[in-house]
Parts: sequence; C-alpha cells; structure tokens
Amino acid sequence: MSELTPEHRAALIARLTALADDELLLSHRLAEWTGHAPILEEDIALANIAQDELGHAIGWLELRRTLDGSDPDALAYRRAPDEFTNAALTELPKGDWAFTMLRQYLYDAWEALWQDAAKASLYVPLAQVSALTLREERFHFQHTGLWVERLSLGTPESERRMRAALTALWPYALGLFWPLDGEADAIAAGLLPDPSGVKSRWLELVTGHLSRLGLTPPEEQPVARGAHTEHLAPLLEEFQRVARQHPEAVSW
Amino acid sequence: MAPQTETAVWNALTGVPDPEIPAVNIVEMGMVRGVSLDGDTVTVRFTPTFSGCPALQVIRDGIRDALSPLGFDSVEVETVISPPWSTDDITAPARTKLETYGVAPPSPAQEQTLFMALEPEAVRCPRCGSYDTRLTASFGSALCKRMHVCNACREPFEGMKSV
Repeated sequence: MSELTPEHRAALIARLTALADDELLLSHRLAEWTGHAPILEEDIALANIAQDELGHAIGWLELRRTLDGSDPDALAYRRAPDEFTNAALTELPKGDWAFTMLRQYLYDAWEALWQDAAKASLYVPLAQVSALTLREERFHFQHTGLWVERLSLGTPESERRMRAALTALWPYALGLFWPLDGEADAIAAGLLPDPSGVKSRWLELVTGHLSRLGLTPPEEQPVARGAHTEHLAPLLEEFQRVARQHPEAVSW
Repeated sequence: MAPQTETAVWNALTGVPDPEIPAVNIVEMGMVRGVSLDGDTVTVRFTPTFSGCPALQVIRDGIRDALSPLGFDSVEVETVISPPWSTDDITAPARTKLETYGVAPPSPAQEQTLFMALEPEAVRCPRCGSYDTRLTASFGSALCKRMHVCNACREPFEGMKSV
C-alpha cells in the first residue's frame, strides 16, 4: 500500500493506544481476582484471560512502536490518568462475580467484532495482529457467554445481580464505540473499522442474547471514551508503582 | 570457527524445548518458520503461539543459547505473526509425544469463526485412549491448554486448545 499520510498515522496511533489502554486496565482488574475467585477453575480462567488481554495490549503497543518509535513500557507505566484513552468500562472496580463476567462478556464481544472487522484493514500489520488476537478472544467470549447464561438463568439472587450489573454497566459499555477524534478519514480509507458498524453487530448479538435470557438493557446514553471515573487514579497508582519506583530496572 | 550449515542450525533448534510442555521442541511445534544464514549472522523466523504467552521470551532466549555455541557473531530472532501459528502446524511425532506426556493433542483447527461450537470434537484420553471424556474447564495451567476428565478411567487430563 502507499505511504500513510500523517493524519492516517495519527489516527492509527490514537486507536492502537485506546485499544491497548482498555486491555491493560481490564487485565489489571481481572488479575485482582487471582486467589479470590469463587472456584479454582475460574481463578485460573480469569488469570488466563487477563494474560491474553495483556498480550493483546503488547501487540497493539508494539504496532504503535513501529509507527512512532514509542516505548510500550513508558506508555503503560509512565502516563498520568488523564493521558489514558480507555473506555471507563475497563477501569471500574471489579465488583461482584456477575459484574465481572458481564463486563468481560460485553467487552469480549466488542473486542472480537472490532478485530473481526480489522482483519480487513488495508493497513496490513493491523489486519495481521487482529487475526492473531481474534483467535484468543473467541475462547473468552465462549466462556463469559456461558457465565452470563448461568447467572441469568440460575437462582433469583444470581439473576438479581445480573440485572444490577447490566444496569450499571450498559452506559459504560456503549462508551466502547465512542469515535476517536481524527479517525473518520482513516475509516473512510479502509485503514480502521468503523465503530458504528461494529456497534450495530454488537447490539444485535448482545441484546439478542440477553433478551433470550430475559434481560433488557436500559435506555442510556454512552459514557464518552476518555471521560474517567475516580477509580482510574488508584488503579494506575497500583499498576504503575513498581515501574515508577524502579525506573532503572530492565527486567522484573 | 568453521562456517555452519543451515542443517546444523535446524538441529540445534530441535534442542530448544517448549517451556510450557518440555516434552516437545519448538521446531516440531511449528514455531520456527525459517532460518537464514548471512555470514556470521543467523536469523530465526519465529512465530508466537498465544500473544500473551510468558514463555515467548524464554523461547527467544533459548534460541540464542542454542545457536551461540555454533559460532555465530549474531543470533537474530525475528517475530513472524502472519499467517498466525496454528495447532495444525504441530507435527505427527510431536502429537504422539504430547499424548505420551499426558496432554491430549489438539483436534484439527476448525474454520476460524467468531463463535465456537459448545461441544467441540471429542477429545481422546491420553491415559486410556477412551473418547468418553468431557471438558471440565475452558482454561488450564497455560494459555494453550484446557482441562478435561475421562469418564472411562476417571483421570483428569490436560488437552491443547485448537487454534
């Protein structure tokens, strides 16, 4: 393909960073369950999923490095909260089991559908990374989808918790599809997926599945991407602590 | 030191185990896409299995350690991600080794659809050979594995995911 224009390059960098920020923070939230999940198998499952998401963050940041020479570790460990462009969905505290599983389910569906669309990107390196990560995302979506069913159709208590989680999460989940500034041209050029197209597929998939389980999402407006809650700063304080205390360290 | 041949490089690479499943090496697991020699530099084209696999760095170090004694000034490990690694790349002898080691080898990778069948192809118990097995956990001790139990011999066992 022809050389990227500066605008297209900037749009790719912004999108890769937003993707990586989501993955990093959600990975951290999932890792908070390590040693605390209700059963051993789920402890292991969440640790696996967290590790996959961290791997995806590395994939996006390594791709960004090829575009602007940025250091993935510096981006992960040395940015301030207001520099993160994650959807607030991924920074919310881990909540109860229903909240954790539903958040992961809503996120996995978005991630898988975005990557599925990105496989067709004319920016070949993005298409290649997406093809790789999508294979892993399918396992997550299968797992979290089953948990959403179990909890929705389980006991009155599990159903109550699922309903509460859906009400709390929905506006944040819609924020995943928030368009990034300057992205429109890169979308028109076929370099990036159109978030609104991904959203249509996501809504059909997720609301269809949830309605079969007797759940209806609330009518809510999305929370804008980049609008943060009070939970991000403490998360980063913990996530970045070791790297900031030992800036000279080259391996952990 | 005398110039090395490509065959010597491949032979040395068969000495690099998969750290998660040390019964098999990275060549028979299909992780080495190619090698090229250019004077005193050797380049290994390496394809990662799962993107977040913590073994990847260990494997890259293992490649360097295996090839340094061959006398190269420089050992380059180039990451190749396309086409993505597939469990279909695992050789037949390696599948036998996996089973002997107690890990059910992966079924043929299905067409990569977004949504997976909930009842995937029956997995054979590596201990007694029965197909009367069930999946007990979608995730296991490593990103590449899942947990099963055999209804015939009652033993739990690990199986490789198909990707």
